[in-house]
Amino acid sequence: MSSQPIIQVQDVVTAFGDTIVHDHINCTIHEHEIYALLGGSGSGKSTLLREMILLQRPQSGTITVLGQNIATLSPEEAQNLRQKWGVLFQSGALFSSLTVGQNIELLYREYTDLPANLINELVKLKIDIVGLPAHARYLYPSQLSGGMVKRAALARALALDPKLLFLDEPTSGLDPFSARQFDTLIYQLRDLLGLTVVMVTHDLDTIHHIVDRFALLGEAKVVAEGSLEEVLAINHPLIEYFFQTTVQTSHQKEIHGIQS
Amino acid sequence: MLTIIDDPAHITLQCHGVWTLPNLAAVAQNLELFKPLKPLRWDISQITELDSAGIALLQLYYRNFENQGVVSELVGTNGTHTKLYSLLYKHPHQDAPPVKIHSWLHNLGREGYENIQGVGKFLAFLGEAFVLLLYTLRYPGKIRYHSIMVHIYTTGITALPIIGISAFLIGVVIAFQSLVQLQKFGADIFIVDTIGISLTRELAPLITAIVVAGRSGSAFTAQIGAMKMTQEIDAMRTMGFDPFIFLVWPRVFALILVMPLLIFFADLIGIFGGMVVAKAQANLSFNEFLYRLKGALAIKHYVIGIVKGPFFAFLIAMASTYRGFQISLNTESIGHYTTVSVVNSIFLVIACDALFSVLLTELKL
Repeated sequence: MSSQPIIQVQDVVTAFGDTIVHDHINCTIHEHEIYALLGGSGSGKSTLLREMILLQRPQSGTITVLGQNIATLSPEEAQNLRQKWGVLFQSGALFSSLTVGQNIELLYREYTDLPANLINELVKLKIDIVGLPAHARYLYPSQLSGGMVKRAALARALALDPKLLFLDEPTSGLDPFSARQFDTLIYQLRDLLGLTVVMVTHDLDTIHHIVDRFALLGEAKVVAEGSLEEVLAINHPLIEYFFQTTVQTSHQKEIHGIQS
Repeated sequence: MLTIIDDPAHITLQCHGVWTLPNLAAVAQNLELFKPLKPLRWDISQITELDSAGIALLQLYYRNFENQGVVSELVGTNGTHTKLYSLLYKHPHQDAPPVKIHSWLHNLGREGYENIQGVGKFLAFLGEAFVLLLYTLRYPGKIRYHSIMVHIYTTGITALPIIGISAFLIGVVIAFQSLVQLQKFGADIFIVDTIGISLTRELAPLITAIVVAGRSGSAFTAQIGAMKMTQEIDAMRTMGFDPFIFLVWPRVFALILVMPLLIFFADLIGIFGGMVVAKAQANLSFNEFLYRLKGALAIKHYVIGIVKGPFFAFLIAMASTYRGFQISLNTESIGHYTTVSVVNSIFLVIACDALFSVLLTELKL
């Protein structure tokens, strides 16, 4: 695994009114890794993701994505950068007036001059790699189940062969089995397409199974950053809370107490 | 990118350079027009970078040319290519048939059938609403007075400016158009009769109903639809709060109470608009106008106009809340049903007005 940083967050401060969400936070995401932003509700992990994908601006600090400082981009540079990443939103955010196939096709029609035949082939290919059946391209988002919506949205995020993939809670709303399948899919795609994956997640199974490194956000700071072993070695109440290293045992005591 | 070398025995497609999505348009357009007549050799050894779009391009045209009966072979593959290929094309190539497009006759039939069914569904909706109305009348404590007040405010008081302006302009327009004709006979004074009767009996109720349908009817549909999308209506049902009692009847009652008052307001402003034009164009002073109006405008015209109000209100409120409940979980349906609700409301209002005309003429009123 190379250690070249793809995204670098330096001294970022974000506040909504009087509430400080990020208080001078730093983190680094390397090439080809699956990186997770972890934290409780309201810890600002989704906000940080939105700042990386140019949907929101921090009050101060710099975020560098693919070697460019995103605060000082010209509109054209921003547009070019947007074509180099794919984003999967929590609820899928497929355009509801278009079929799954048209949702993917739209990107090719807007950004490439490929002939219709090849676009057709690519749409089929993307639908197949995310594990959807071939007829799914003719369905509207409202006709899909939750898991299929996530897969279709992933196919759309992968349309332009991005090197960088952002996922906002990819496994939320999926049953445990589908969630693990989705994890495996992301893991395979990372190897297959040489992606760098940045995700926001609550799912500890995802952290255990596929995430290389992660940052734990809490109290407006990055509490810990690193691989699971590295983070678990740190002694901090939030880490204990999240990974339930000690809390679990007290819970079990409580439950046993009730039972007896 | 792609060089075509024509040998006597076969054609070599020499692929080289970067084969990624941004760089493939020219190659693809070339191959789209290319009609091979000899066996093909694809040489991909010189490709420096390949992504899924590049693989798809190779696969598509390789397959296409083979389907045209051209013998093809692929040379120069390396480990990365095969790995990428086998991961991307895990499953054998398959084409799903596109969704069948039905004939216009089929669509016409289905539309007709659905419309007839829609009338039935609307009647069922009204039926359920009335059953629950009778139920609430037995327990008057369940009536949502506060909610009715809120809707009176939003559908009535806040609608006054737009209704005032519309009615004023209608009064002005009618006065102008009538005066041109009446002055030909020197019958200027009859402008008072024209304005008084046409506004109070027909135009003020109709204009008010149309503004209310566009303003409050669409709001009702969107509000209920949004609540349906966020499952608030399901939540209400599980807690035993019936949506008819909590959402439908307060809106219907509020509109029924407010509509006659809005029509009365529109009458006043519309007649005032006529008076302004009469003074400006026919030199008819306000006093003369009002004196004449007392004699010309029989009370029945005014009463008929006001009585239409609750009927229009009922139709608008029922049609728009009914459409609100039809909104499903996708975002597009909010826009669709809001449009349908306004179209339905205005149509029902006009149909009801026509019915009134026929009925009242038969009754010699």
